[in-house]
Amino acid sequence: MITTESGTNMRRPADAAPMIDADEARRARRKRIEAVAQWLLPLVVLALTIWGWDRLVKVNDIPHYILPAPGRVVETLIADWGTLSVSLWVTLKITLMALAAAVIGGVGLAILFAQSRFAEMSLFPYAVILQVTPIISIAPLIFIYVDSKLVALLICAWVVAFFPILSSTTTGLKSADHNLTDLFSIYRASRWQRLIHLQLPSALPYFLNGLRIGGGLSLIGAVVAEYVAGTGGIGSGLAFRILEASYRLNIPRMFAGLLLIAALGVAIYGATSLISWLALRKWHESAVKRDG
Amino acid sequence: MTQTQPIGQRPPILRMQMVDKTFNGSVAALRRMNLTVNEGDFISLLGPSGCGKSTALRLIAGLMQPTAGRIIWEDGGAGDNLGVVFQEPTLMPWATVARNVALPFKLRGQPYRAVKDRVEEVLALVGLERFGEAYPRELSGGMKMRVSIARALVTRPRLILMDEPFAALDEITRQKLNNDLLDLKTKMGSTVIFVTHSVFESVFLSDRILIMAPRPGRVVREITVDAPYPRDLTFRTSMDYAAHARTASDALMAAMGGELLEEEVPT
Repeated sequence: MITTESGTNMRRPADAAPMIDADEARRARRKRIEAVAQWLLPLVVLALTIWGWDRLVKVNDIPHYILPAPGRVVETLIADWGTLSVSLWVTLKITLMALAAAVIGGVGLAILFAQSRFAEMSLFPYAVILQVTPIISIAPLIFIYVDSKLVALLICAWVVAFFPILSSTTTGLKSADHNLTDLFSIYRASRWQRLIHLQLPSALPYFLNGLRIGGGLSLIGAVVAEYVAGTGGIGSGLAFRILEASYRLNIPRMFAGLLLIAALGVAIYGATSLISWLALRKWHESAVKRDG
Repeated sequence: MTQTQPIGQRPPILRMQMVDKTFNGSVAALRRMNLTVNEGDFISLLGPSGCGKSTALRLIAGLMQPTAGRIIWEDGGAGDNLGVVFQEPTLMPWATVARNVALPFKLRGQPYRAVKDRVEEVLALVGLERFGEAYPRELSGGMKMRVSIARALVTRPRLILMDEPFAALDEITRQKLNNDLLDLKTKMGSTVIFVTHSVFESVFLSDRILIMAPRPGRVVREITVDAPYPRDLTFRTSMDYAAHARTASDALMAAMGGELLEEEVPT
């Protein structure tokens, strides 16, 4: 870091230098405490919630087929890990495949839109319509017309996930700095050079933001589609397991399945955030830590 | 060090002949502009905002076409060896300083390793030899502007266009960059067109000042500053400098129909 100016010096006159040091020390201490609290507080809340849940079940003697205690959920998770892990893998696979397809479709269409205004005018409204129509109402039709259940699930998850990627990447491709755009014209850049060296890098932060939203949405799409496919479907994803467990009144397993879906969602968000940070940390303001 | 010829003996490289530029069919941004740019000229376009000085620059850069009149390059080309510096540094934030400076070569299809030495040479020229691998966000405003200047110089352009490049910088940085720019110009014998609204900057930097007036944008007067380069602090405090500043200031006042801005009055 080369800039050394610090805003804090402005408030006190120069002769009060030791006061600034005390002030600085206080601020630094506060910052350290905040850094720890950021991790510690959510963990404390989690522990309290689990403890309260456990107390609630134990004190009121609630039977496990109404509300299982947290310990029982974990036991079920371990006992049923064989079936549940297979389902977890299936849901993860569908989610990631749909997300990959959404990235290809979203970025591809965005590049097409950036190259041709007419293509954008023709197609963008339909992308919006696809996005605003609830997937749960389209899914039954998709399952009727598409023979392969896997492909049908993929289509559902894709429909939900691709729009944020398309829309943010389209914005990103158009957001290249005007002066840089002029500079590329002055240096006689070709359309291709402009795309590769100016528009795509400018769009990267926007795309990564869309990816983060799309990652969560593709999981939602995959789960919703599986619910629509119901127990008559390919029947192996996590949503299917939850549905199946609910028919059997196996509430602990429903909780175990739910836990896994939530964990999967968090993992996908974490992974896309990490990708975003790795790609932007060198240059983009959103990924850079400010010192001082 | 390249010796620049006296103004009258320099070969012309670019002519603007009776150039008009009208926006939206009615707003006359520029009317009947004539300008001959000679090799080695340091020309300032000086005027208030709205007088068409940036428009003139964009026309020369080929970013837009004149409504009437002609812009002729003496070498018959279309001005494909230009350097440009905007008011903002206009760097690619995702690329290192060295990669930013290498951009003009990259767009010509020359790979980085082929031009690495030239890039390093120019970075040293603007005093940033240690910052090639830094990213723009790590640099101060003045340093970013130096990168921008390095990028404009790297191809040894026939003409460098500068559109109020230092207007957003603080006064101290601005003076330092003005000095360094003159150093570079003297060393490289570059031809520069410099857009500014500061009388003092134009007198210090240029040997030709074109005073422009608004509504419609036009050139109303040319002032020659014959003080020899290199110019330094001695020139900045000389009677000669004060006299030229007075002339330019008066011309600017006349151009604006008497409404002189307070900050433009030389003391």
